[in-house]
Amino acid sequence: MNVPELELVCPAGTPAALRAAVDAGAHTVYCGFADETNARNFPGLNFSRDEMAAGAAYAHGAGSKLLVAINTFPRAGAEEIWHRAVDDAQAAGADAVILADLGLLAYAAEHRPGLRRHLSVQAAAANADAITFYAETFGVKRVVLPRVLSVEEITAINRDIDVETEVFVFGGLCVMAEGRCSLSSYATGRSPNMSGACSPASHVVYTEEQGELVSRLGNFTIHKVPRDAPAPYPTLCKGCFSAGGQTGHVFEDPMSLDAAELIPRLAEAGVTALKIEGRQRSRAYVSAVVKSFRRATDAIAAGRPVPVSELAHLTEGQSSTLGAYRKNWR
Amino acid sequence: MVDIGCRPRLVRDPDLISIKDTGPVVGYRSIMTSRASLIPRFPRAGAQLLAPLPSGPLSLLLGRAARGMAERHPGLLTRLGPHAEKRFLIDPTDLPLSFLIHPQAARPRIEALSASASPAWDCRIAGPLAALIGMIHGAYDGDALFFSRDIVIEGDTEAALALRNALDDAEIDLFEEAAESLGAPGRMAGRRLRPLARTASRITGVALTRAEELL
Repeated sequence: MNVPELELVCPAGTPAALRAAVDAGAHTVYCGFADETNARNFPGLNFSRDEMAAGAAYAHGAGSKLLVAINTFPRAGAEEIWHRAVDDAQAAGADAVILADLGLLAYAAEHRPGLRRHLSVQAAAANADAITFYAETFGVKRVVLPRVLSVEEITAINRDIDVETEVFVFGGLCVMAEGRCSLSSYATGRSPNMSGACSPASHVVYTEEQGELVSRLGNFTIHKVPRDAPAPYPTLCKGCFSAGGQTGHVFEDPMSLDAAELIPRLAEAGVTALKIEGRQRSRAYVSAVVKSFRRATDAIAAGRPVPVSELAHLTEGQSSTLGAYRKNWR
Repeated sequence: MVDIGCRPRLVRDPDLISIKDTGPVVGYRSIMTSRASLIPRFPRAGAQLLAPLPSGPLSLLLGRAARGMAERHPGLLTRLGPHAEKRFLIDPTDLPLSFLIHPQAARPRIEALSASASPAWDCRIAGPLAALIGMIHGAYDGDALFFSRDIVIEGDTEAALALRNALDDAEIDLFEEAAESLGAPGRMAGRRLRPLARTASRITGVALTRAEELL
């Protein structure tokens, strides 16, 4: 069965990664400014205003689009920083901004009405009523769906809304109510929601102890991994803990999402765009993942089966999951 | 699809809250499966030949290359920000020497150190030479090398992240930088030797030049 070609939305944490994404066949690239206005506010990462404008020109020159993520929640008294980011995204030539905060959505709708607005996954809009509210109130044209929905639930949502949906298909897997998770804040005082960094590197310490890799976040030991076993990210939600005489991954196993095989079903579910996570990753990751998924979307559009993914070496824990798309929990 | 990880799971265990509230949570030993590294190792015989080399002259050449790199790639220092003042120990685990990088804007330095040296550092990044070079040349992803345990990070994790991101964006080609640091003769030799370097990369699996060039 032929299905419409899905838009591939790809990450770029640096100008070099942006060029790698575009050259690898990204239909769209998303980036953030080098400050607390985006949820990947990591050291050495992100774009200056000039770099964003050059990035937009590079993307447009290749027929790709550029989205700017301004998806953290403005601090009281410092809203101007986030307002300026919206203004500067439009000035840089962005095709859309990805927003989460109600106040910032209102600002963009009122002051930059010509700038397309997408709703970030950070807004955690997980049902048709919530999405319709954002669409009717702020003119949101696309919603990035939280990573807690099954394909059936996505189908149901798309039946009841009049805006586009974008879903994650690859990369780091967060199954929390995004934008509301306080685990990182609890351990470090900093969070993706306000500071733009989950489990910030400033609070992460790795040590080799008796042949094991020990990862600590703040005062918490997250993992002890034996020599030669795959290492996970040092996030609390993927930590292994002992309690009540048992040990285990309390929230989720340390593995990445890879939903390539579900792309035909996601297309049938009415999804418009497929998102790849990983603005914190290198240009090597971006290039490999974008090429792989572009092959997949091209194949599906041509009625061919999805090619076998060869991305396991890039995944957290060197293993992958279909996440909530195929729920076997709850 | 692989379903590995620790078992048994702990779901909705009320004891968890009390443990968290009493201080650091106890870590646990993962039972994840191991995986052989695919990164090429520097030949042991070659490494033994390098051991007796004096580090002083090499440090002079590396210092010159570092200053040239900082001039040609100003974004490196911008992206490093305050971390430019940190000392990074780059430790190729298959070589009998290591490199201490002090990117500081005033006078960037790279020092070659013998295996017996124990310098003060803020951050140590260790792994096979091919992994470290491949990361700089865009052939390997730093997170993936960390997941696979091919590289080890110790000390200031934030500084390590800043360095990795700055280097990745700079799209540095060490072969080209080495040639540049030797002036006009170096550039001429570099142009002539470049096809050889590409061939050597394909044969050895080590990215001796930027990965984009090897595609």
